[in-house]
Amino acid sequence: MTKVKDGINVAVVGNPNTGKTSLFNALTGLKQKVGNYPGITVEKKTGSLKLAGGRKAFVTDLPGSYSINPSSADENIVLETLLQREKSNQPDVVVVVADVMNLKRNLFLLSQVMDLGFRTILAINMSDQLEKRGIEINTRKIEEAFGCAVVMISTKKRSGLKALKDKIQESHQHAMPFIFDLEHQDKEIYDELHKIFPEASSYQAWLCLSQLDNIRILRQEEIDEINRFKSNHRTDIKSIQHKETIKRYRFINQVLKESYSRKIENASGLKERIDRIITHRFYGYAIFAVLLLLIFQSVYSWASYPMDLIDMWFAQLAQLARTTLPPGQFTNLLADGIIAGLGGIAIFIPQIAILFFFIALLEESGYMSRVVFLMDRIMRNFGLSGKSVVPLISGTACAIPAIMAARNIESWKERLITILVTPFTTCSARLPIYTIIIAIVIPEKTFAGIVNLQGLTLFALYFLGFAVALLSSYFLNFILKFKTKSFFVIEMPELSRPLLRNVGQTVYQKTQAFVVGAGKIIFAISIVLWVMSSYGPGKEFKNAEQIVTEEHKSEDGNLENKIASYKLENSYIGIVGKSIEPVLRPLGFDWKIGIAIICSFAAREVFVGALSTIYSVGDSDDNIETIKSRLEREVNPITGHKMYTLPLGLSLLLFYAFAMQCMSTLAIVKRETNSWKWPILQLVCMTGLAYISSLIIYNLLK
Amino acid sequence: MNIADLKEGERGIVEDIVHEDIPLKLVEMGCLPGNEVLMMQRAPFKDPICIKINGSVIALRKNIAKRIMISKI
Ligand SMILES: Nc1nc2c(ncn2[C@@H]2O[C@H](COP(=O)(O)OP(=O)(O)OP(=O)(O)O)[C@@H](O)[C@H]2O)c(=O)[nH]1
Ligand SMILES: [Mg+2]
Repeated sequence: MTKVKDGINVAVVGNPNTGKTSLFNALTGLKQKVGNYPGITVEKKTGSLKLAGGRKAFVTDLPGSYSINPSSADENIVLETLLQREKSNQPDVVVVVADVMNLKRNLFLLSQVMDLGFRTILAINMSDQLEKRGIEINTRKIEEAFGCAVVMISTKKRSGLKALKDKIQESHQHAMPFIFDLEHQDKEIYDELHKIFPEASSYQAWLCLSQLDNIRILRQEEIDEINRFKSNHRTDIKSIQHKETIKRYRFINQVLKESYSRKIENASGLKERIDRIITHRFYGYAIFAVLLLLIFQSVYSWASYPMDLIDMWFAQLAQLARTTLPPGQFTNLLADGIIAGLGGIAIFIPQIAILFFFIALLEESGYMSRVVFLMDRIMRNFGLSGKSVVPLISGTACAIPAIMAARNIESWKERLITILVTPFTTCSARLPIYTIIIAIVIPEKTFAGIVNLQGLTLFALYFLGFAVALLSSYFLNFILKFKTKSFFVIEMPELSRPLLRNVGQTVYQKTQAFVVGAGKIIFAISIVLWVMSSYGPGKEFKNAEQIVTEEHKSEDGNLENKIASYKLENSYIGIVGKSIEPVLRPLGFDWKIGIAIICSFAAREVFVGALSTIYSVGDSDDNIETIKSRLEREVNPITGHKMYTLPLGLSLLLFYAFAMQCMSTLAIVKRETNSWKWPILQLVCMTGLAYISSLIIYNLLK
Repeated sequence: MNIADLKEGERGIVEDIVHEDIPLKLVEMGCLPGNEVLMMQRAPFKDPICIKINGSVIALRKNIAKRIMISKI
């Protein structure tokens, strides 16, 4: 984080789900993800904003936290940010975001933040709900009692934001009082602590002692001193923390008695009834199962019309390129390689958007935490937590945010297993491969008028992903021997009608990120592949025309295709491909597929684009066709029949279902687990499993 | 009697808690002596359970819920 000196650092903290990210977005104009699930934000993000006086403020959005004492990795980020020692990164102002419904619990965190000595502003969000719930809040009384500025805001209605900005600017100028005198109850501890940390406030010093294992900001000699202190004094940290909690709540209750009143205890009876049904011990599971079925079915069926449309557009675009550009290898690259490859990604926009739409809906409605509640008992059998459901479901979009979402699982073992198995879920990058292979090798049959065989295959692949994820968790649970306390608490936010603005934004952002990210890689890889396949080292490449003409002297007719493919085989890419072919032969893959697999090692979605580039070079045909029909036309040089048969198709499907073909996921796993051990284990096991299962299925069906 | 013994819709008051047994997070979320709990919903096998305490609805596992003693009201 770099920072110009004359800006104010503003940290946004608060309980989960109070609207911190909504506020951050409203202040900075950025579009971070928002949702009605405690634990949407799991990392910190900084944006900037101009205050009225022309000064800049650097606003940092943080994960939600119930307390300064963290109990999971995302909450830890809050503690570390607030205890930041480097002056230029320290927050100058902390905005504690509370919501009108849970004010009491929010004030608990506020009191802790204030004791750290920060200039603090309390922003009470969701003021649009006040009337409906019969809540009255006297902000002046709270202001007096706590000694910090209090602003009522609503990010939904965009009210109070200007007042908040003004307070941010003002509050920079005067210091805030501490609200608790913690020292006199455990005096000798604090005396010692002040010796170790002469510059820190009492509460900061106390946190360095009590959260020693959770913070990485201390110098080694300080850690040594704390450990020495700990071994000399038998301080019961937990007991002090409990005393502290009780004391804080006593104060808060006192304040709220005079400043907070709520006439209507519960929200509408309808919401409560819906809640009862969706968490019901029978209907709850049935509804969840039906929802999943619906989501994966619609990914297949709803998307097909817009997909055909996009497919057609790109075919037309390719044709336009052909008719306007002079014929030749470069035009081939553009039309069949780059345009077709990009089309191969664009065509999945509908499917991916539908998937993101449903997931955003589950999160924004508050349903996700109900699923967590329902699934916890079952997931525990596999060494997972109910909270693992969230990564597993959102892993169907992309494993990277899913793995990060595991940060809010409290137990390290449950979290680690979740991280390790999440890449098995069918992410959207697998959809391009699945859809195209299914379309080629699975017959288009419909049973009983509704069940489509191709759709069913896709559904089976989704199911396979989940099943293998759970199965591997089961094994990992046996193998991994950690002594961690299994502990689980989750808040159930009220169900709410999803804000379409938020859902739409999530869908747009995520889809765009996917397309742009994949598009860039495909563009680059197409060019590299094209260059490598248009040049070759040896005589064979140079004299291809002569050699082929000689070989086929007796035949008449068009030799152009034969020459092109002979050239390709002897190009650089051909030589690389041929050298790895023996390893892949047993799975039914030829060297061209091998090259595509290598290209897609960095990212699965590249596979189809890479194949189409290779095929376009090895082909002198100028016909316009979609990638699908090009794949269908490919001939197996050994058998002389169609290349993409059912055994090869299934072998490819299984390979991509299991193989760890995603560099970014490996990088995230390394970051989240802080070691190379786990990503390497993942890579070896997953790719090994992929190889073996493809080998078996291909040889069984061949 | 502990929280896990409550049936759906029943209420209780949290009695003294043994702090070694209960995660700090739960206490900080409002599981404090004198506070009222309402059993909202129990998942199959009565685990986890969903309670309302301190104004918010939280789900927790039975093993922890068992350690929070209450008196029924
Ligand atoms: N009614 C109402 N709802 C709001 C308001 N602000 C945010 N929300 C909703 O509250 C939920 C949580 O919003 P977020 O901004 O994701 O909350 P957060 O504090 O960042 O949550 P975490 O990152 O999970 O800690 C979303 O469903 C929002 O739509 C508001 O002013 N009024
Ligand atoms: Mg957030």
